[in-house]
Amino acid sequence: MALLEIRNLKKHFPVGGGFLGRGAETVKAVDGVTLSVEDGETLGLVGESGCGKSTLGRCIIRLIEPSDGQIVFDGQDVTALDADDMRVLRRRMQIIFQDPYASLNPRMRVGEIVGEGMQIHKLAKGGELRDRVMQLLARVGLREEHFDRYPHEFSGGQRQRIGVARALAVNAQFIVADEAVSALDVSIQAQILNLLQDLQEEFKLTYFFISHDLRVVEHISDRVAVMYLGKLVEIAPAEAIYANAQHPYTRALLSAAPLPDPSRKTERMVLQGDVPSPINPPSGCSFHPRCPFAEKICSEVEPALVRDGDHSVACHVFGPGATVGRAAETV
Amino acid sequence: MRQESIDLMGVLLSVRDLQTSFFTSDGEIRAVDGVTFDIDEGATVGLVGESGCGKSVTALSIMRLLSRGTGRVVGGEILYRGENLAEYSEAGMRRIRGNEISMIFQEPMTSLNPVFTIGEQIGEAVRLHQGVSAREARNRAVEMLRLVKIAEPEKRIKDYPHQLSGGMRQRVMIAIALSCNPRLLMADEPTTALDVTIQAQILDLIGELQERLGMAVLLITHDLGVVAQQADDVAVMYAGRIVERAKPEIIFSRPMHPYTVGLMNSVPGATGKRRRLEAIPGIVPSPLDWPSGCRFRTRCTRADDACAHSPPELVEVEPGHWVSCLKVSAADAPVLAVEA
Repeated sequence: MALLEIRNLKKHFPVGGGFLGRGAETVKAVDGVTLSVEDGETLGLVGESGCGKSTLGRCIIRLIEPSDGQIVFDGQDVTALDADDMRVLRRRMQIIFQDPYASLNPRMRVGEIVGEGMQIHKLAKGGELRDRVMQLLARVGLREEHFDRYPHEFSGGQRQRIGVARALAVNAQFIVADEAVSALDVSIQAQILNLLQDLQEEFKLTYFFISHDLRVVEHISDRVAVMYLGKLVEIAPAEAIYANAQHPYTRALLSAAPLPDPSRKTERMVLQGDVPSPINPPSGCSFHPRCPFAEKICSEVEPALVRDGDHSVACHVFGPGATVGRAAETV
Repeated sequence: MRQESIDLMGVLLSVRDLQTSFFTSDGEIRAVDGVTFDIDEGATVGLVGESGCGKSVTALSIMRLLSRGTGRVVGGEILYRGENLAEYSEAGMRRIRGNEISMIFQEPMTSLNPVFTIGEQIGEAVRLHQGVSAREARNRAVEMLRLVKIAEPEKRIKDYPHQLSGGMRQRVMIAIALSCNPRLLMADEPTTALDVTIQAQILDLIGELQERLGMAVLLITHDLGVVAQQADDVAVMYAGRIVERAKPEIIFSRPMHPYTVGLMNSVPGATGKRRRLEAIPGIVPSPLDWPSGCRFRTRCTRADDACAHSPPELVEVEPGHWVSCLKVSAADAPVLAVEA
């Protein structure tokens, strides 16, 4: 059963504009995302800066209020909850941020940071709280003497361990990991990825793993969703995305990531130009101005995300929804 | 006019036993401690390592751009076309920078001045280094923007840095760096702040310009994928020293230093999927207190007492493959390489 279901989720931010917001424009950071996450799986969300992946992750646990759409977590409509009920639910939904330097209060000791959630949710107090925090610190690979230290005394990797312990402290079931390993050196990144996988097994966690790094996402995810300018362009099991990507954007992303293997110097599919502004996204398929396969219809009609088995693609030219081009003719 | 290279082997830059230290209130930080490598004319050398390993300080030492007062080169030679840059006067270095050796950095926004147009900033480099007129400098700016493939360069020279995307800004930085025809471009994490599709554009651009202009590149990066795809030679740094050096075909197919092996095993997706990564245990030691002997020994699974005694030399274990580890010897090199 799906633990989380997102239906047609939108987040539009007003930008600019004068007095009382007149003449303001809208950034469609998340623009109609439908997605489900199964209990116990890791869903990887990839995309480049500004595609809306972090906004989507924050909307799910309502750190940002969505503009429209529905989020159903374990049968409960998250978007309809009031603040009190939301606080109760947040115990089960936690987030780990990218920057371990900015996401830990510098004036709190590690023990307080990790224990704060348990106090707020009245899960433990006094000696029991201390014992629980000690156990958690040990579980994420920190030592007892770290309990009384401040965040600045730790390296980036150790701080990320503190962030993980904080998320686990309230017995979370579902964790949004927003670029959780992106700021770390590769040898430290490997330690944290291993830790996340071990914890997932031990506590049956479900991860919503947001990253710009395709290799990291491939490694940790069961399924991968690819996002471009506020919309999902492809979702498939991790193996299928890497072996049989359909959407030209997914293929460009994959071919652009340099492999640590000099014998595999593949021809890169280098995209022209930059990601367009999400204020005035291109008509039709928002990827069409950069797409080497774009046809006339691509600039006119927005492609729907069409599903074939467990692989969904939003493209007129490739995948199950193709209506033009070579792929469509062979069908 | 440039005189032709007098070097025997076509070596453009030869760094010999470079030592750079920072002097802080906590003591001396030996950030670079005995680094040796060569860059041939027109070649790309990839210097790879994690935060704090000294790779950027190596480049800044070559350019003499270390923050004055705290950091300085305390030993070794920097032979550029046979002449030791470490002995150059400040005025002499000013002639080298830009004209002979140029540098681009990771964050193009902080490297560009926000209150000048990009045309003025490219022109400034040309006027300072080549003493041409303002009009000439403007023409040169347009030409350089065209070279780095920025559309409508005549219009774009009037833009300010904030009006450009990250990829465009890095193109402008490259335009400034190349405006005086350097023979060596030092690129310090040039694509780290960029998205992967933009990174591909910039790496292609650097490769293409390198071929066209015949310049050498020192590519400094933490990304093993980038060096594997771009470099002719790879040097892996750890804690201020080079631990392994070879051509990418060699180092990626048979890494020998335990650190290099650990680094490669840490990269997800390089080998089997969803396999547990063989992470390197522990963290990089503090540069104020490097371990004695081999600096990697505190995290190394193969280390023993001998590793603590003296720092291991960089030894050629097979032709063109240099490793600095007591536990690795020529006997470890595959037979076919020994025969070669």
